[in-house]
Amino acid sequence: MKQLWLTAKLDIVESLRARWFQIYTVVFGGIVALLFLFGLTESRVLGFIGLSRLLVTYIQLTMAILPIFVLITTVRSVAGDREAGVYEYLLSLPVSLAAWFWGKIFGRYIVIFLPVFGAMVLAVLIALVRGIEVPWVMFIYYTALLAVMAACFLGIGMLISALARSTDMAQGAAFLVWLTLLLFLDLILLGVMIQGKVTPEVAVTIALANPLQVFRTAALALFDPQLIVLGPSAYVILDLFGVTGYKVFALVYPTVVGVAAATLGYQLFRRGDLP
Amino acid sequence: MIRFSNVTKRFRKARVLDDISLDIGLSERVALIGSNGAGKTTLIRCLLGEYTFDGQVSIEGRDPRQERTAVLGTIGFVPQLPPPLKMPVAQLIDFSAALCGTNPARIHELAQRLGLDLAPILTRPFVKLSGGMKQKLLIAIALGRDAKVLVMDEPAANLDPEARKIFFELLAERQEDVTMLISSHRLNEVSALVNRVIEMDMGKVVLDDRVADDVSLSGQFACRISIKRCEPAFTKAMQAWNFRDLGNGMEWEGDVPGPDRLRFMGMTSRYVALISDYSLREVGAAAPCAPGNPLRGQATAN
Repeated sequence: MKQLWLTAKLDIVESLRARWFQIYTVVFGGIVALLFLFGLTESRVLGFIGLSRLLVTYIQLTMAILPIFVLITTVRSVAGDREAGVYEYLLSLPVSLAAWFWGKIFGRYIVIFLPVFGAMVLAVLIALVRGIEVPWVMFIYYTALLAVMAACFLGIGMLISALARSTDMAQGAAFLVWLTLLLFLDLILLGVMIQGKVTPEVAVTIALANPLQVFRTAALALFDPQLIVLGPSAYVILDLFGVTGYKVFALVYPTVVGVAAATLGYQLFRRGDLP
Repeated sequence: MIRFSNVTKRFRKARVLDDISLDIGLSERVALIGSNGAGKTTLIRCLLGEYTFDGQVSIEGRDPRQERTAVLGTIGFVPQLPPPLKMPVAQLIDFSAALCGTNPARIHELAQRLGLDLAPILTRPFVKLSGGMKQKLLIAIALGRDAKVLVMDEPAANLDPEARKIFFELLAERQEDVTMLISSHRLNEVSALVNRVIEMDMGKVVLDDRVADDVSLSGQFACRISIKRCEPAFTKAMQAWNFRDLGNGMEWEGDVPGPDRLRFMGMTSRYVALISDYSLREVGAAAPCAPGNPLRGQATAN
């Protein structure tokens, strides 16, 4: 446990000094600041106004940015460290591989989640100062959703880092994974359905296997519980899970994907060449 | 102490280590030499449990891969290229000390002996230090624990003569109870440090030889050099070795650490046309029985 914490602390300090982290923090803090600046709390969408409206927009933007940010920065720093000889030296110290790998994940998780969460807290604080009502249930669920999203893509990022032997290859693979998930979000699925070659159930199952789609649908479900904006797909989802069931699924499934990917990454890491 | 049994390592189709078998005993000081791509670094990484391979490596009968923490706790490692760590110096010291179960004060003390004052650089990122500072710190970390094996890749390459002298002294203090594996491209860089030479080529051991061990790691040579005319480059070189000017840059005197004498002589050989008198005498050595000291010679300019 001591080794795990030492490794996590090491990764946190290394990340805090890295340029990517500074950009990352500025991006998420900046989004909230801009949303307030442009008076988004005063606009109305689907009956939503105030901080709910801002949080809905924030989570939509975060869903677009967070996965690729987490994937690229994780693979860049992990594969980059390996290439630069950091692993050769640090892994010559008496630290167990489990403590090293999971400590690195733990440290990195804190580093990637805190700015996103910090931006949400910032939004709440500004709302409280301005006397805007805070939708606490929505805030807590969105926070949990962001925490799960970060865990999911961090796990995938660590798996890619364990598989790829160079930074270039790792970055390429991470981008490809993100692009594939993005394409299956709408474009390919819609195309497949329009051609009518698969049943709606199969198309919805493919969509629900995609963590990006799961997050997107869960975020929608909070202000559109009947998922009207999804059209006919909503029937399949709601028949299968129910509204509450889907909210739980949206938290559990991506966590399982992230943990499974990280576990597979760890198995590959400990069985292969370390530096 | 260290045993490599039929170790073979392949990267895809390339055989980087080819059926290596070696036994290295306690207190042996081994020079691992060979050109680039000979397999030295790969062999070291196998020893540190960082690579998977066919065959077996053991340190005191234990597998460095299976019993990582126990085995690596007894190994001090100095890499050839310092890692680009962004963490502050203080954190690197605390991190390695905590993992190795040693007191950070011990590392501070060793760094101080090597001429590295840690106080002003504790908050500076490791990667921002100069090459020499990084090397001194990594040596202090490797020696600042109860290691039974020291694995060093070109350890003295970035050190100034004074730091090299202290480094040799530090090794001398540990030589009875520590096994050393020192990797280098060139034998003359490490020859005086070791009592066994293993040369590798194309992944095989092509030479495994014991060498004369007459000069101890802490031995000193008193040196006196006279030159025919003052030469700024020579003056600079002498000053770098902390030699004293005995008269207008024409006569120089100083001490050369025993393990560094070959390197020193290599340096002075560049000025052979300039040198008129050259003496190198082991401090505390018995008087020579033959006329003239065997290490004393006259260089005459053409």
